[in-house]
Amino acid sequence: MNHNTIVGNEYNHTIEHVHRDDVGAKMGMWLFLFTEVLLFGGMFLTYAVYRYQYSEQFRLAAMELNTGIGTLNTVILLTSSLTVALSIAAIQKKNKFLSILMLSVTVVFALMFLVNKYFEWMAKINHGIFPASEELLGRPNGQILFFGLYYVMTGLHGLHVLIGVIVLLFMLYFLIKNDITLDNYTKLENAGLYWHLVDLIWIFLFPLFYLIQ
Amino acid sequence: MANGVIAIEEKNFYQQSTNKYSGILSWLLTTDHKRIGLMYLYTISFFFIVGVIIGILMRLELLTPGKTIVDAQTYNTLFTLHGVIMIFLFIIPGLPAIFGNFFLPIQIGARDVAFPRLNLLSYYVYVVGAILVFISLFLPGGPIDTGWTFYIPYSVRSSTNVSMAILAAFILGFSSILTGINFITTVHRLRAPEMTFFKMPLFVWATYATAWIQIIATPVIGITILLVIIERTFGVGIFDPALGGDPILFQHLFWIYSHPAVYIMILPAMGVVSEIIPTFARRTIFGYKAIAMSSLAIAFVGYLVWAHHMFTSGMSDTARWVFSLLTFIVALPSGVKVFNWVATMYKGSIDPQTPFLWVMAFIFLFSIGGLTGLVLGSLATDVHLHDTYFVVAHFHYVMFGGTGTIFFAALHYWFPKMFGRMYFKKVANIAVLLFFIGFNMLYFTKFIMGYMGMPRRYYDYLPQFATLQEISTVGSWILALAIFLMAGNLIYSLRKGPKAGPNPWGGVTLEWHIPSPPPMENFKEIPTITHEPYDFSQLKEMKNES
Ligand code: HEM
Ligand SMILES: [Cu+2]
Repeated sequence: MNHNTIVGNEYNHTIEHVHRDDVGAKMGMWLFLFTEVLLFGGMFLTYAVYRYQYSEQFRLAAMELNTGIGTLNTVILLTSSLTVALSIAAIQKKNKFLSILMLSVTVVFALMFLVNKYFEWMAKINHGIFPASEELLGRPNGQILFFGLYYVMTGLHGLHVLIGVIVLLFMLYFLIKNDITLDNYTKLENAGLYWHLVDLIWIFLFPLFYLIQ
Repeated sequence: MANGVIAIEEKNFYQQSTNKYSGILSWLLTTDHKRIGLMYLYTISFFFIVGVIIGILMRLELLTPGKTIVDAQTYNTLFTLHGVIMIFLFIIPGLPAIFGNFFLPIQIGARDVAFPRLNLLSYYVYVVGAILVFISLFLPGGPIDTGWTFYIPYSVRSSTNVSMAILAAFILGFSSILTGINFITTVHRLRAPEMTFFKMPLFVWATYATAWIQIIATPVIGITILLVIIERTFGVGIFDPALGGDPILFQHLFWIYSHPAVYIMILPAMGVVSEIIPTFARRTIFGYKAIAMSSLAIAFVGYLVWAHHMFTSGMSDTARWVFSLLTFIVALPSGVKVFNWVATMYKGSIDPQTPFLWVMAFIFLFSIGGLTGLVLGSLATDVHLHDTYFVVAHFHYVMFGGTGTIFFAALHYWFPKMFGRMYFKKVANIAVLLFFIGFNMLYFTKFIMGYMGMPRRYYDYLPQFATLQEISTVGSWILALAIFLMAGNLIYSLRKGPKAGPNPWGGVTLEWHIPSPPPMENFKEIPTITHEPYDFSQLKEMKNES
């Protein structure tokens, strides 16, 4: 018997997968978040090594960062974590409209965060502070590394915010199309978990770069 | 369960599709874990053959001193590609992605993995990574020449296509992570009723432990690779001493992943061994719990030994002896396994079929690999042997002699189940023998050369190494012949081999209860588990079933 050339109607017999496991889906998401934490863990490790080695230079360089804008962004992200949670709560209460509203607000907050980040970066770049710039290379090693890590870590985090926006927009689409409903909202919950993680990482980045002076 | 009459009527998974397509699309878009496993099998085997061809070419170059067929720079790219292909495209995904996909769900009595579509996605992520490796060969700048370890500072300075090649490794890592997440969730959520953790077959245990390593270690190589790419693109200075960075930090980050990665390679192989030995010794496995737990122990302690790759990098003496000590400790759980395997065979009625012969080759070769690992784990000896052929011989004995042979063992063990046909056993046995001879000629000579001072990654050598180098190259031809014979036999048997029947070996784990090839969704009814995994008293009942 040759398996690969079976022809005719035998082939058209298909089996649909109707298997749904919300607990499993969430377990998978937690495992994925765990890998994200480890990814950033590598960066935090690097940060720790150099902070220890060049603590004085790190302190000086940190004073140049704009704490105001950093704080504003922290508030924005924290609030957006709240709104995404509210969106989930709303769908659990069968309030589709409120859920959509809260999710949209979350997206707006995320975009605000990115815009702020853009201006913050541009300000530094306009001062000639960016990797391998003349201005930066003229400074002591510790400061070069501080700003290097600043760009890499907040950049990587910003990338995650961007991915988060895309994910949230998909959720918005699913909500509108009634793919996410009162008894099937694990997708939204998982997106929310991801968003909390993005928030959480920022909660660590913020003091490490802006506050410890 | 499967009853003979039904087994004939029932359509197998080749005849039924999970989607509405037929022909090639029914494969490319499938969510069936068995079909995805087979797609991995074909793809990974292809890359393995490519890797072997490069290996043979390198050996050909080394047949005579000086330039034989390629120049020095080409040799650099050859060993880099050979390493990258063998590590990232063959040995890391090999056992979990092929046999884990195919058999893990069946062995726990499930119809599929927890996330079938994610499973297909990880296959395509793998393919994208593989394609990137090949694109990087042809872009201006030329193929990567850093060695598979991508050590800083050379990987930042080299003008070859380093960024694209290591981006490929990043993407392949992503595929590995997704597979790991899928398997862990599958084991937790989809075990059949009464299939408690301690009734799971040991291959499942091993794959489960591996999945944990995959998700815990892989992100670290991910960030390391990203940092190298960023370093090449923007010159941030994190690894550049001129800007205050530290190249040794790269080595730490790299090995924090790459040492656990050797357990990603070997643990599933040990799982397969724990399946094959009871089946062919007709005895329940000795020390089931010890074997299961030693997998977890390896997964855990394996994290704490990475710096044994860096004894000559200028670390502090304290760090060196601590890591040396931990390296010796991690050898213990492996020893526990070997002990239990041997004890299982003791007084068994052994039926030395091809899979069992592969396992015997494994125990022999892996033991040599493991013991020479202790030589390299000791500070005093490592300083002499670091970066010599001794290391090359050591890791081929563990990876190729260990995981590679078990890859073949698994192929011969499960071939009749996957394809419903048997291969020609005599030919298969001859291939094992040839493999064993060729392998030892090819690599044992490298231990001696390494001990005499032959450095690795050189396309040339001093005249005193000539004889050993020649023996080694001849060995590579015998080995290639063995692989050719083995592959030919299997490919021919795909169509022409005799029908295998549901249980050709007399195994008792769940896959042997269902027809070969298995039906779509594996089980008509999810089985209820009543036996220990290796309880051969079931064999009688199973005979009555058919
Ligand atoms: C016919 C099979 C094979 C042959 C003839 C072969 C031969 C070789 C040779 C000649 C080298 C270079 C040694 C040097 O100059 O330093 C090498 C390196 C290497 N091989 Fe193999 N090999 C084979 C199979 C494998 C397999 C199955 C694996 C992994 C599972 C593997 C993994 C590696 C790795 C990781 C390196 C190091 C590359 C580097 O230095 O960056 N090889 N092999
Ligand atoms: Cu190691």
